Amino acid sequence: MLIFTIRRLNLFIFTMLLLTILSFSLSFLFPGEQIINISGATNATAEQLELIALEYGKNSSIINQYWLYIQHLFNGELGLSITSQRSISHEILAQLPATIELTIVALLIAMLVGIPVGFLAAVNHRKLADNAILSFAMIGYSIPIFWLGLLAILTFSIQLGWLPSAGQLSLLYEIKQVTGIQFIDILLSESSYKWQAFQDASIHILLPACVIALAPATIFIRLARTAMMNVLDTHYIKAAMAKGLTFKQIIYRHAIRNAMVQVIRDIGLQFANLVTLAMVTEVIFSWPGIGRWLIESISQRDYTAIQGGLLALSAYIFLVHIFIDFIYAALNPLAREARYGSR
Amino acid sequence: MVNLTLCSFNTMIKHFTFILCFFVLTACNNENKASLSTKSIIYCSEGAPESFNPQTVTSGVTIDATSKQLYNQLIVLDSTTNSPIPSLAKSWHVTRDGKMITFYLRKNVSFHHTDFFKPTRFFNADDVLFSFNRIINQEHLFHHISGGNYPFFQSVEFSSLIDSIEKINDYTVRFKLTRADSSLLVNLATDFAIILSKEYAEQLIKQDAISQMDNSPIGTGPFKLKEYRTGSFIRYAPHPEYWNEKTALEQLIFDITPSDIGRLTKLLAGECDVIAYPIAHKKIAERSDLLLDDVTALNVGYMGFNTKNPPFDNKLVRKAVAHAINKQAILDTIYLDGAEEATTIIPNTSWAYNDSVPTIDYSITKAKKLLQRAGFEDGFTMDLWAMPVQRAYNPDAVTMAKLIQADLKKIGITVNIIKDYEWTTFLRLLAQGEHHAVLLGWSADHPDPDNFFTPLLSCASAATNSNRTFWCDKSYDNIIHQALQTTNIKQRKAFYLHALQQISAELPLFPIAHSKRFQARASNVKGKILNTYGGIDFSKVSKN
Repeated sequence: MLIFTIRRLNLFIFTMLLLTILSFSLSFLFPGEQIINISGATNATAEQLELIALEYGKNSSIINQYWLYIQHLFNGELGLSITSQRSISHEILAQLPATIELTIVALLIAMLVGIPVGFLAAVNHRKLADNAILSFAMIGYSIPIFWLGLLAILTFSIQLGWLPSAGQLSLLYEIKQVTGIQFIDILLSESSYKWQAFQDASIHILLPACVIALAPATIFIRLARTAMMNVLDTHYIKAAMAKGLTFKQIIYRHAIRNAMVQVIRDIGLQFANLVTLAMVTEVIFSWPGIGRWLIESISQRDYTAIQGGLLALSAYIFLVHIFIDFIYAALNPLAREARYGSR
Repeated sequence: MVNLTLCSFNTMIKHFTFILCFFVLTACNNENKASLSTKSIIYCSEGAPESFNPQTVTSGVTIDATSKQLYNQLIVLDSTTNSPIPSLAKSWHVTRDGKMITFYLRKNVSFHHTDFFKPTRFFNADDVLFSFNRIINQEHLFHHISGGNYPFFQSVEFSSLIDSIEKINDYTVRFKLTRADSSLLVNLATDFAIILSKEYAEQLIKQDAISQMDNSPIGTGPFKLKEYRTGSFIRYAPHPEYWNEKTALEQLIFDITPSDIGRLTKLLAGECDVIAYPIAHKKIAERSDLLLDDVTALNVGYMGFNTKNPPFDNKLVRKAVAHAINKQAILDTIYLDGAEEATTIIPNTSWAYNDSVPTIDYSITKAKKLLQRAGFEDGFTMDLWAMPVQRAYNPDAVTMAKLIQADLKKIGITVNIIKDYEWTTFLRLLAQGEHHAVLLGWSADHPDPDNFFTPLLSCASAATNSNRTFWCDKSYDNIIHQALQTTNIKQRKAFYLHALQQISAELPLFPIAHSKRFQARASNVKGKILNTYGGIDFSKVSKN
C-alpha cells in the first residue's frame, strides 16, 4: 500500500508539473505582454511593471522564470484578474467549493442511480427490462446538456414550479460563508431558519445535479451491466449455484460486491467528464462555481483568470481521480497486490 | 478481507440512501419559509453597483441600488408637482438675488446603526458640510478616496457655483453662491446629493480606513447595508430608527442577475418578487399572478461617437452613419411599443423640447454622399460598444448593435460589436476612450432640461467622463450656462433651442429613442417602486 501511495503521489506531482508548464507557457502564447498576462497588473505604472518583471525574473533564463512562477504558485499568488483586478486565488477559493459541492452530489446521484440500474439490466439480460434500460441509457447519453438543462428549467421551474432555477440557496436565508460548501455552512450557522435553509439548499442543488448526473449515470449503467455480466459468468458464481444458493443470495452476497470493484475503477475516469458537464450546467443554473467563472473569464479574455482557473480545476479533477483510485485499491487488495505489491 | 471491506462499503451506500431520502422528505416542509418570505422582497436587478456612494457615479444601476434605499437628501422633488419638498431640511429660504440659500435642518434624525459603526449623535449641520465639502474641496481628506470623480457635480460645475457653505448653528446651514443658478435646488434634490455621516468619517480616520467610506456605507435612509457579495447580491436590513415612515419589510435583497432571460425565469419560478427591465411583456401581462408596471421616464437612448479620434472626429462621417441607421426598425424590434422616436436629446414632454430643430432622416444615398465628401468612399472598420446591461432607454443594446451593423454594411462600414465586458469594466474602458462609437443613454435625475444638456455634452462632463463622446464646444457651453442664469422660462427656452440646433448640426451623438421604464412584479407586492426620474424606491413596498 505504501508503494501504491508513493506511485500515486509521484504521478500527481508530475502531472501538476506538466500542468504548470502548460499554464506558464500560456502566458507567452496569449496575445499581449507576457508579464501582464502572468500578473494581471493592467493598471500598473511603468515602475510598478518593472518591479513585477523583476519579481518574475523577466530578464533571466526561461528556466529561472519558470522556477519563480512555481514559487509564486506555492505562495498562492496567481496574479490579479485582468478585468476585475481582484486576486485570482481569492476568487478561486470563493468559487471552487460550490463546484466541489455540485460535482460530488452529481457523482453520488449518478452512482446511486446508474449502478443499481445497470445491475438490474445485467440480471435481466436480453429481456424487456434490459432493452428498455439500454435504450434509455442511449438517449440519456446523447441529449446535449445545454438543451437538457433548459428543458429541466422549463418543466420543473417554470411550468410546474417545483424546483428553483438558479443559485445555491434562496437569498432569503442569510448564511455566513465559512467553507464555501453550502450544506456545511448552513449546519455551522446559527440562523434560526437553519433547517428551512437546509431544505432550500437541497431543492436548489437537485435540478442542476440531476442534469449533470444524467450522462455519467448512463455510462455507469453500461459499466455496471458489463461488470455484472462478467461476474455472473465466472466459475465461483457457477460453484455457488451448484451449491444450491438462491439467485438472490448469489446476487447480493457475491455478484454485486465483486462487480462493484470493477465499476469503481472507472468512476475516476468519468469524473473529468462530469466536471466539464458541470461547467456548462453552472452557466445555465447560475451556480456560483468556478466553471461559470472560468467561462465568463474566457469570454472576457481574462488571461490570468484562465490560467489560474485551469490549474485549480485540473488539480481538483486529478485529486478526486487519485482518491477514487485509493478507494479502489482499498476495496480490492487483489489489484493492488498484483500490480504493485508482488513486483 | 475482500468481503470485510465490501461490507463497510455496503453500509456506506445504505447511509447515502438514507441521506438522500432525508433530503427529499425534508424538502416538503415549507411553512416557516413562508413567514420569512412575506417580510422580504427579492429584487432581481440588472447589474452590480460600482460604489455605495451615489455622489461618485452617474450610472443608473448604482443609483437604483443605493440612493433611495440608504440615504436621504436635504430636499426631494414631489412626484406630481415636480417642486421641491422637505426631506432632511425642514424648510429653506432663497434670497431674492438667488445667491444665498439657507436650509433649516430636521432634528432627531439618526444614522444607521451597524456592526462597523455605532452613531453617538443625531444628524446635524456638520454632516451637511462634510457631505458637500467632500465634493467641492479638492484638499478634503475624503475627496480622492474613490478616484476623486464626482461626475454629476462636476458636470453641473458645482464647485465653481458654491462660494462657501456655512454652519450658522447646529441645525441651520447656508449655501453662498457665486452666481444665481435656477437649477441648484433641483440638483440638490437629485439622488446624487445625499448626506453622509461626519462622525463615521472621523471614526474611519482613527481606524486608518478612510477608503471604507464608500464601500461600507452609512446613511440616514430607510434601509441599511447588511451584506454585499460583489456581483452577486446586496442584502439590506431596515433602519429601525428611521425618521420618516418605516418600512414594513424585514429584508430587502438585490439579486444581481444581468441576463434578462434569467430574470424572467426567476420571476416565473417565484425566486424574485420584482424584476428590473422585463422582456416578454405580453407573457407577463397574461398571467394573473404577475403585474407589469410602467412609468413614463425622462430619458434618451443614443449612439455616441468618440469625437476625439478618427474617423468620428469628422462630423460628415457622424452624419453619414446617422443617415444610414434605420431608426424605425430599431424602434419596432428593440422597444416594441414602449418607446417614442427621439429626434433630439430632449423628450417631447419636457418644456425645452422644440419641434423646429432639424432632424436626420433615413437615407442611404445621403449617407453615401456624405461618406464620399469625407473621403471614406470605401468605408472603414469601427468598434461599436454595446452596453452589457439593460436600461429603460436601451433594453437590448446587443441586438440594436446588430441591426446597426447590418445597416452600416450597406454603406460599406464594417462594424465590430464589443459586448463581453462586465458593466463596471465597460464604463472604465469607455472613460479611457477605447471606443469608436457606443450605444448608451441617459436617464434624467430631475425634470429640469439642464439635466440633459449639461451632463451629456458639456466640456466639464467630457473631462469627467459622463460625456462619452468627448465633444467639447465652448459656444455650446456658453449657451447652456446662460440658460441657467435666468429663471425666465421663455428666455431659457430660446437658449435651449439654440443648443439643440447646435447639437443637431454637429451631431456628437445620435438620439434614438425615449422609452418608458418597465418592471414586473408578483401581484402580492404592493407599493410604488418606479419614479419618473431618479432611482427606484423600496421604502413604501410591502407584501401580503
